[in-house]
Amino acid sequence: MLGRLVEWFSAPAQWSGSAGIPTRVLEHLGYTLLAVAIAAVIALPLGAVIGHTRRGGLAVVGVANGLRALPELGVLVLFVLLLGLGLLPPTLALVLLAIPPMLAGAYSGVAGADPGAVDAARGMGMRESQILLQVEVPAAVPLVLGGVRFATLQVVATATIAAYVGLGGLGRYIIDGFSVRDFPQMLGGALIVAVLSIVVELVLQLLGRFVTPGPDRLRLRGRPDRHAAAAPSSVPTPPSPERPDR
Amino acid sequence: MRAFGYDIDELVIAHVLLAVVPVILGLVIALPLGWWAHRSAGARRVLVPLSGALYTVPSLALIVFIPVLLGTPILSPVNVGLTLTIYTVALLVRSVAEALDAVPATVTTAATAVGYRPAGLLFGVQLPLAVPVLTAGIRVASVSAFSLVTVGALVGIQSLGTLMTDGFQQDYTAMVATGIVGSVLLAFLFDALWLALGRTLSPWARAGAGV
Repeated sequence: MLGRLVEWFSAPAQWSGSAGIPTRVLEHLGYTLLAVAIAAVIALPLGAVIGHTRRGGLAVVGVANGLRALPELGVLVLFVLLLGLGLLPPTLALVLLAIPPMLAGAYSGVAGADPGAVDAARGMGMRESQILLQVEVPAAVPLVLGGVRFATLQVVATATIAAYVGLGGLGRYIIDGFSVRDFPQMLGGALIVAVLSIVVELVLQLLGRFVTPGPDRLRLRGRPDRHAAAAPSSVPTPPSPERPDR
Repeated sequence: MRAFGYDIDELVIAHVLLAVVPVILGLVIALPLGWWAHRSAGARRVLVPLSGALYTVPSLALIVFIPVLLGTPILSPVNVGLTLTIYTVALLVRSVAEALDAVPATVTTAATAVGYRPAGLLFGVQLPLAVPVLTAGIRVASVSAFSLVTVGALVGIQSLGTLMTDGFQQDYTAMVATGIVGSVLLAFLFDALWLALGRTLSPWARAGAGV
């Protein structure tokens, strides 16, 4: 099996053209980026506003938990049967699955901002919008990033399944390989998508260390963080990553 | 019960077995590993990132790896079961370690003082106190297991996911919807069962909440 796998990887056809590995990887990343970006535009502001007003928080957590039980395969198939083939229906399904973790992250991050800091900001005369953007959102960054990372991994995994409903990407190798019982092709596809997921996770973790405010923030050049000296202790340390669902 | 030309009972039983057995098996494996990570910082440095990496691998990829690694037939339900077992272990190792960490030192010191030996301390004091945190972890693992079982249908493993793949081939929306609703209902049902079990095993938590 190993020999046939190496053979599959070393075939020149694998490395060029519309069914080649580079094209499939780019397709996969493209679907993921599209779905996560659309879901972020919807979920992050909504979660932040709900977290600020603290109205409907229970509903957010309830909906996020309920949606976790939805079988990804069923949602994909249902969207395609109802809306037709093409890029849009599976992308909408991916967006739907990416919203709950980001909504929950933005909500719990903003709602969990230090109440003392929020009160102080209000006492200094900051407007509600300023409190949200300048106090609560910076404090929410670690939890928001956790939500974004989890949503992204969920989308990478589900985009693999989406090959079944006609989408391109790396799932094609597994689905097409299975239909003709070409096991080296299936295994090759599975290997690439596993490596891609781990690389995406590591890149997002690294990016997170650049954008999380606080003394541990990474900088490209040795510039000191101007916020770090001002309030090193008011910023929560990044919580250990939550991995609720897959 | 038959519908859409399928024996629904059979699909439901397969679905439940494929989702529940791996969660129980995963818990049994995660308990000693989590205890090890709780006791040894070195073990934790290896086990926690390894769990994270395993949890990152998409389910369809793991289902494909297992026959190659273990030599099981590609159409064997074991591939799906082991995939879900791996996810459960990956999720619970950290839960177990953190739940054991969270037991206050005063409690373990007091238990030792009244004569608990290490094994008695673990099973009589530390694990019972870890039940609420463990229950939370098991519920997450269980709910996602019920949804991930359906992915097996893509490589021919029977479950309610079969209604989704075959419904797609036959362009039959009601069949797909039945698969989705059935899978979600089973997930909620077993979620309620795990919750009830966790509450039964930690009566003090409920007593405290009622005050």
